[in-house]
Amino acid sequence: MGRVIECNDVSIRYITGDLKAIGLKEYMMRRITGNYHVTEFWADKHISFALEAGDMLGIIGTNGAGKSTLLKAVSGIMEPKQGSIKVNGRIAALLELASGFDGDMTVRENAYLRGAMLGYTRAFMDEMYEEIIAFAELEEFEDRPFRQLSSGMKSRLGFAICCMVDPDIIILDEVLSVGDGAFRKKSGDKMREILGSGVTGILVSHSIDQVKELCNKVLWLDHGEQIVFSPEVEKVCDAYTEFLITKEIPSTDDEIAALALACSKRRAEEKAKKDKKETKKLEGILARGTKNTAIEAALDIIENNAPEMLDMHEVGEWRRKNNG
Amino acid sequence: MGTAVRSAKRSLSRFASNRFLFEELVKRDFEHKYKRTILGMAWSVLSPLLTLLVMKLVFTGFFGRTTPHYTIYLFAGTIVMAYYKEATNNGMTSMISNASVINKINVPKYLFLFSRNVSSFVNFLLTLAVFFVFCIIDGITFRISFLMLIFPVLCLVIMNIGIGMILSALYVFFRDIKYLYSVFLTLLTYLSAIFYTVDSFPYNVQRLFLLNPVYVIIKYIRMTVIDGNVPSLQYHALCLAYALVFALAGAFFYKRYNRRFVYYF
Repeated sequence: MGRVIECNDVSIRYITGDLKAIGLKEYMMRRITGNYHVTEFWADKHISFALEAGDMLGIIGTNGAGKSTLLKAVSGIMEPKQGSIKVNGRIAALLELASGFDGDMTVRENAYLRGAMLGYTRAFMDEMYEEIIAFAELEEFEDRPFRQLSSGMKSRLGFAICCMVDPDIIILDEVLSVGDGAFRKKSGDKMREILGSGVTGILVSHSIDQVKELCNKVLWLDHGEQIVFSPEVEKVCDAYTEFLITKEIPSTDDEIAALALACSKRRAEEKAKKDKKETKKLEGILARGTKNTAIEAALDIIENNAPEMLDMHEVGEWRRKNNG
Repeated sequence: MGTAVRSAKRSLSRFASNRFLFEELVKRDFEHKYKRTILGMAWSVLSPLLTLLVMKLVFTGFFGRTTPHYTIYLFAGTIVMAYYKEATNNGMTSMISNASVINKINVPKYLFLFSRNVSSFVNFLLTLAVFFVFCIIDGITFRISFLMLIFPVLCLVIMNIGIGMILSALYVFFRDIKYLYSVFLTLLTYLSAIFYTVDSFPYNVQRLFLLNPVYVIIKYIRMTVIDGNVPSLQYHALCLAYALVFALAGAFFYKRYNRRFVYYF
């Protein structure tokens, strides 16, 4: 299978002439007197990347880097001013799940309306409706007006509707999981299930660990500029982590590698420091504890970290004696 | 020509695939309008009736004596004007009030405008039914030529959609359009000969009234129902021309600017 998403030298421009603030009368007056100026703002500049089927792209960057704008362009809400975006397949875009619902309508009506907006058919919604409500855990609220729901419930419904499809392409803007405790786990699992099923995806996340875990390609944006697009997720993510501390923007591959190296060095140092601290803490606990529990804890640690040091038979004997 | 046909075909098939969304939107607009009001649909009939009552009381003394079937004359004007106002006003706000959706999901935006027009149109049909009841009461005999009324109504629907498209695009860019348009609507109401007749004006001024498309539609209905004669072929052409001009202008505006809406929400 070929390219699923191809972004070719894409630039996206906002015009901030603020027509809506000045209104038509003022606009006309300024036009006549030659006082009308527009300022341009390029949210994304010359972005290029390509994804094959099954690829998962992580987009990283600080606030205002142009991540969400790029997602809007890929999902067809915005049109790039320059360059082209080619998309082969059906997109499910999960952008701010809780918004766009209608407070006066019931949960059921909202679910159908949202389904319709996402391009589902009525037959599909009829079939999936029960499942959606069950997944969102809103059985008792089906016929309540939507405004009575809490914001967590709203995102739960939004998530459930979006995830019931079998999209070719999934676009996630900070919505890997929603809700509280139990639901967070459930939605996270569902998301991983979808991602694991071989869809092509784009993920915007501020959690570097998430990007490392889920993505096989990464795109780093900064103030609309493309810093790097690379399959070396680990290296780029490390460089980005280091950049967040030093604020140095790398311009070449070597600089990225250097940043990544600095990051892993820093991490190693931190780990050593942390280990030392932990050891101290452990020693304290062991010294204060009763004799048998202290030995038990020590045995657990050794068993986990260096089992070859122990004669498991002896350990078993000792444990039987003390616990039994 | 071939490309135009093909693109029209593509639009149609896109519309077919969006039927579910369209139905849901229409349902929503109806609910917004009628849900949780005790009067519900009755209000959409009551409101023009009240307008009619007031106008009848006030203006009968001035124009009622010389105008045959003055109640019907007034009523034809008020319901057409009310429909025009409602449809265009609703059309104007259709994009802004759905901004949160348009901003997040890639949906064909014109559907929001179409669905609003459906609910305004159904409203208009209700008042039209009451209009015919009044015709019976006023002793007007129904003729087969009344069927021709479908033509101006259809032209009006198309015109309203077109004007709604232009306004909705403008409203995204200029928020003061709402106030400017309400001023314009007041002027238009006075220029539409709703409660007066144009007979007292010189012939050339009477012809100027034909520049007002709403008046053209109102006059068509009055000619058919009150005077009992179907307008000339040229008059039909005029109605159709207005419908087509506004529809094309609306489509042009929408096509040209709809991609930019998202920057101004």
